[in-house]
Amino acid sequence: MIGRHKSVPWLFLVPGLAIAVVFFLVPFANTLVLSFTDARALGGGQFTGLHNYARLLDDAAFWLALRNTLLYVVVVVPFMVVLPLLLAVLVEKELPGIGFFRAVFYSPVVASMVVVGLIWSWMLGSDGLVNWVLRSLSVVNEPIGFLTDAQLLLFSAMFVTVWKGLGYYMVIYLAALASVPKELHEAARVDGATAIRRFFAITVPTIRPTMLLIGVLSAIAATKIFAEIYVLSSGSGGPGGQARSLVMYIREVGLGLGGEIGYASAISLALFVVTIGFSLLFIRASRGEEEVS
Amino acid sequence: MSTAASTLTPPVEHAPRERPPHRRGPSTGRLVSTVIRYLLLAVLFVLLAGPFLWQLSTSLKGATENVFEYPPQLLPTHPSLDAYAKVAEVIPVWRYIGNSLVVATASAAANCIFGSMAGYALARMRFRGRKVAYFAFLATIIIPFEVIMVSVFLTVRNMGLVDNLLGVILPTAVTGLSVLLMRNAFLAFPRSIEEAALVDGAGEWRRFWSIAMPSVHGTVTVVAIFSFMFAWDDFLWPLIVLKNPDNFTLTVGIQYLSGTFSRDQRVIAAGTMIAVIPLIAGFFALQKHFFRGIGEGAVKG
Repeated sequence: MIGRHKSVPWLFLVPGLAIAVVFFLVPFANTLVLSFTDARALGGGQFTGLHNYARLLDDAAFWLALRNTLLYVVVVVPFMVVLPLLLAVLVEKELPGIGFFRAVFYSPVVASMVVVGLIWSWMLGSDGLVNWVLRSLSVVNEPIGFLTDAQLLLFSAMFVTVWKGLGYYMVIYLAALASVPKELHEAARVDGATAIRRFFAITVPTIRPTMLLIGVLSAIAATKIFAEIYVLSSGSGGPGGQARSLVMYIREVGLGLGGEIGYASAISLALFVVTIGFSLLFIRASRGEEEVS
Repeated sequence: MSTAASTLTPPVEHAPRERPPHRRGPSTGRLVSTVIRYLLLAVLFVLLAGPFLWQLSTSLKGATENVFEYPPQLLPTHPSLDAYAKVAEVIPVWRYIGNSLVVATASAAANCIFGSMAGYALARMRFRGRKVAYFAFLATIIIPFEVIMVSVFLTVRNMGLVDNLLGVILPTAVTGLSVLLMRNAFLAFPRSIEEAALVDGAGEWRRFWSIAMPSVHGTVTVVAIFSFMFAWDDFLWPLIVLKNPDNFTLTVGIQYLSGTFSRDQRVIAAGTMIAVIPLIAGFFALQKHFFRGIGEGAVKG
């Protein structure tokens, strides 16, 4: 029978399990423990009870990073759910050359975020192409500080996230659209339903679970936002670090010069709560969905 | 990129299949909607490919051209490859590419081999502790890496792997996702074929390697591609682990380039093009398979 020797299954599991334990489970437990200490990169490590968590409450930089991160989720998710769907509907139909357009729209996904961030730094700078277009259309007289104003920097980063993610979610939607029954569309067309009406009456209800899934995926990704803001701000997090996300703040506190590992661990757990919170929110939403249907 | 794009353009697909005669007839409405579709496609092309093309154009501008010119010059008037040569002078770009290749290849290989082994054990073998092992892998998917990165850094530091590519590779060498993907692939593969091999007296390892593995090669390919792409594009973790600019991977190195040489936009642009052109070219070469695979997945699902 399978598994004649007791040790055989474990021999198969050892490499994978070792990585999971050493680089995920133990560090997670360690993060929990460290969050109750004053551990630093060099020295420290005394148990300080809830001190780090009390400090969180008074730390304006933490609340700003949390606010930026939540704002990121709230702004980015609706765009990520809607825009790629429209894009997928547009490229779904087999027109001559459509394969080329699909590939082009997917290209930003293939590029790394650093490359995309640098490309948009050049586009959005005060001498950049975007400001030139806006000025030549007389929308503005002075260049807009997309990268120099903390608020605008955050919104620019959100734009870059959406721009890079469009193709990724488009592909997921394409797979979902392929499962929408063609007969329903045909029948509705014969009955004289317009394309827009068919979209809302047939397409959207069929692919609702996919929309929810993309909502979850893009929300979780947005809670962990880092590279976009980092690259657009050349690593600074905007003027005075005002556009920092939680992950940026964790990195600066825990891995920066101060090396406040204990405090960074407490912030990490706050991030964990945010991420898990969004996951649970969407799981509940999908349960409700099932009950309705 | 216009020349590259035209050679990479897939051959124009055969004319639209003939449609069954339509009740409203081959109306002008249909023609108008097709024209509108192509117009939208063209606008989106500008929005999504335009920034890449602008970066390419900037990278090709000669040293005598003012890249900040107002109004901007869309195409280089004195095209030159000088900026590309300069990238290699400012940063050891070949070394960075080599480092990224090492990291991405090692990550892909480890995820395929060790992920398959663990997935096979979970799918095929009965032993005490199987549930525990399964949940251990599941937990690694639920815990975001960003939450534990400070502690993982301490672990890597204690192992003496700071500034070492091995320190970049190890934490994602076998992800829970790879393990569970492989487990599901093995579960979907009929057991009877393996059982036939068992009669022949094949050992566990041979059964796994010679019989089970070849039958799940589709999933192995998916794991390989995704592990490779993830490791190649990753930025945050290599930024944390690698300190010495000689050891950077390409993503960290390109970001570093933008800091050291922020004066010359041409060189930064050339650096990003070096990083992105191979990926986009490779993707365009394989895109037919890519989108077809998606269609198949949908049919199965």
